[in-house]
Amino acid sequence: MNSRISIKNIVREFDDHRVLNGIGIQIEEGEIFGLLGPSGAGKTTLIKILTGQLPQTEGEAKLLGTDTRKLTDREYSRIGMMLDNTGVYERLSCYDNLLLFARIYGLSVEKPKEALKRVGLWETKNRPVQKLSKGMKQRLVLARAMMNEPEILFLDEPTSGLDPANAREIHKLIQKQKEKGTTVFLTTHNMEEAEKLCDHIALLFEGSIVEYGNPKEICKRYNHQNKICLSLKDGRQILLENNCEGAKRVYDCLREGVVEAIHSTEPNLETVFMELTGRSFE
Amino acid sequence: MDGRKIFAIFRKQLKDTMKNKTVLIQFFMFPLLVVIMDHSIQMKDMPEHFFVPLFATMYIGMAPLTNMAAILAEEKEKNTLRVLLMSNVKPAEYLIGVGSYIVLICMLGAGVFAVTGEYKGRTLLNFLFIMLAGILISLLIGAAIGAWSKNEMSATSVTVPVMMIFSFLPMIAMFNSRVKDISRFIWSGQINHLLNQLGGTGMDMDSVCVLLANGAIVLFLFSAAYKKCGLV
Repeated sequence: MNSRISIKNIVREFDDHRVLNGIGIQIEEGEIFGLLGPSGAGKTTLIKILTGQLPQTEGEAKLLGTDTRKLTDREYSRIGMMLDNTGVYERLSCYDNLLLFARIYGLSVEKPKEALKRVGLWETKNRPVQKLSKGMKQRLVLARAMMNEPEILFLDEPTSGLDPANAREIHKLIQKQKEKGTTVFLTTHNMEEAEKLCDHIALLFEGSIVEYGNPKEICKRYNHQNKICLSLKDGRQILLENNCEGAKRVYDCLREGVVEAIHSTEPNLETVFMELTGRSFE
Repeated sequence: MDGRKIFAIFRKQLKDTMKNKTVLIQFFMFPLLVVIMDHSIQMKDMPEHFFVPLFATMYIGMAPLTNMAAILAEEKEKNTLRVLLMSNVKPAEYLIGVGSYIVLICMLGAGVFAVTGEYKGRTLLNFLFIMLAGILISLLIGAAIGAWSKNEMSATSVTVPVMMIFSFLPMIAMFNSRVKDISRFIWSGQINHLLNQLGGTGMDMDSVCVLLANGAIVLFLFSAAYKKCGLV
């Protein structure tokens, strides 16, 4: 399979400050890739390099097989972008915002209609963007990014500042896009979002990737305790070995009806990040 | 260069301005004022249609310059320009799209001045040509300020004094001979001079040279601003 995004040993320096330090990733067709890291880790710099907005100091970055420093109209028409700063025309209606980009891409005038229906904004098509809620604006920007049926979708903090219901809506739309074979490159602060959506993630810290892989596998790999935690109805918690002995004890407790919940001691991505860097994610 | 994209930007700008009263007022304030003044103020010994060249000069010193700078700065501030440029739109396509829209609206305003001044035939053509030359220079100054500014606020702080100098210099020159000497070398001064002698000998070489020199300086300033700051 051809990699849609290929990065080898990317270094980016601003004056004497090294923001990215030898990054390497391959991202395939239909994959959701999450780049996770605290503010200032270099996530936006990497997106800018990948989208041709910024050249790297060293290394090789390819998008759809083309060097990102030589991207042309052909490549740009095959990608969609949702930046952290929404960049929509506030006075224009939802429909007019999408119509502008449909005209720029040379798409049919039906495309904005389809895109608005897809993100559930058809009813508000004539409403000026300045009168939309933040969640609706995010959906509009996502509709714009997906309107040209991109092969790669760049999403920079797509659910930042949204309530859980709106964030879920965005997640569903991203999943649907993946099902169509779109590669999604996502940056986020939200570990739960990454665990739920991503096929692979990279944890970025001070310009270097400190961990890479499937989020569930990463969590398993760092499950040093490998124990079962029983929360009992009387408020006590019991740690049991993950073996036959432990299983028997779980069974006994369940029979006695004293169990409130059963947990694994598997860490979440945040705990893994803290273990690797000694720093919290926020 | 893609005509489809230029036209898309042009249509976007047209729709956006229709919903932006602040910008709309700037386009139509002077044409409206000249109609009112021309019909309401009649003084003894005052030349016929006295206000037309005066207000036309103010109009081209103000409307294209402030609007181009404001549109560019707002698009930079709101990040919409970055999104456009990353959607296959080239900086030249964007500038031509927005610029042609401003030129068209300002030429409509020029039409109001022409009707008020009762220009006909060759005089009308001369008037429109002079207005177009002034609008283009003013537009380039606005583009330079817009490219230089990071946001609308910083653009306004530069636009207001620059616009006032170019708009009011020809009027002040009418009352002060020293200012008149300076005004001769400034594009808006020459535009006013040309508009005041529309029915006379036509364009003289001095005026053409001053306009070309001013145009070249403005183009250089825009290139320098664009090279240093780009459009995003």
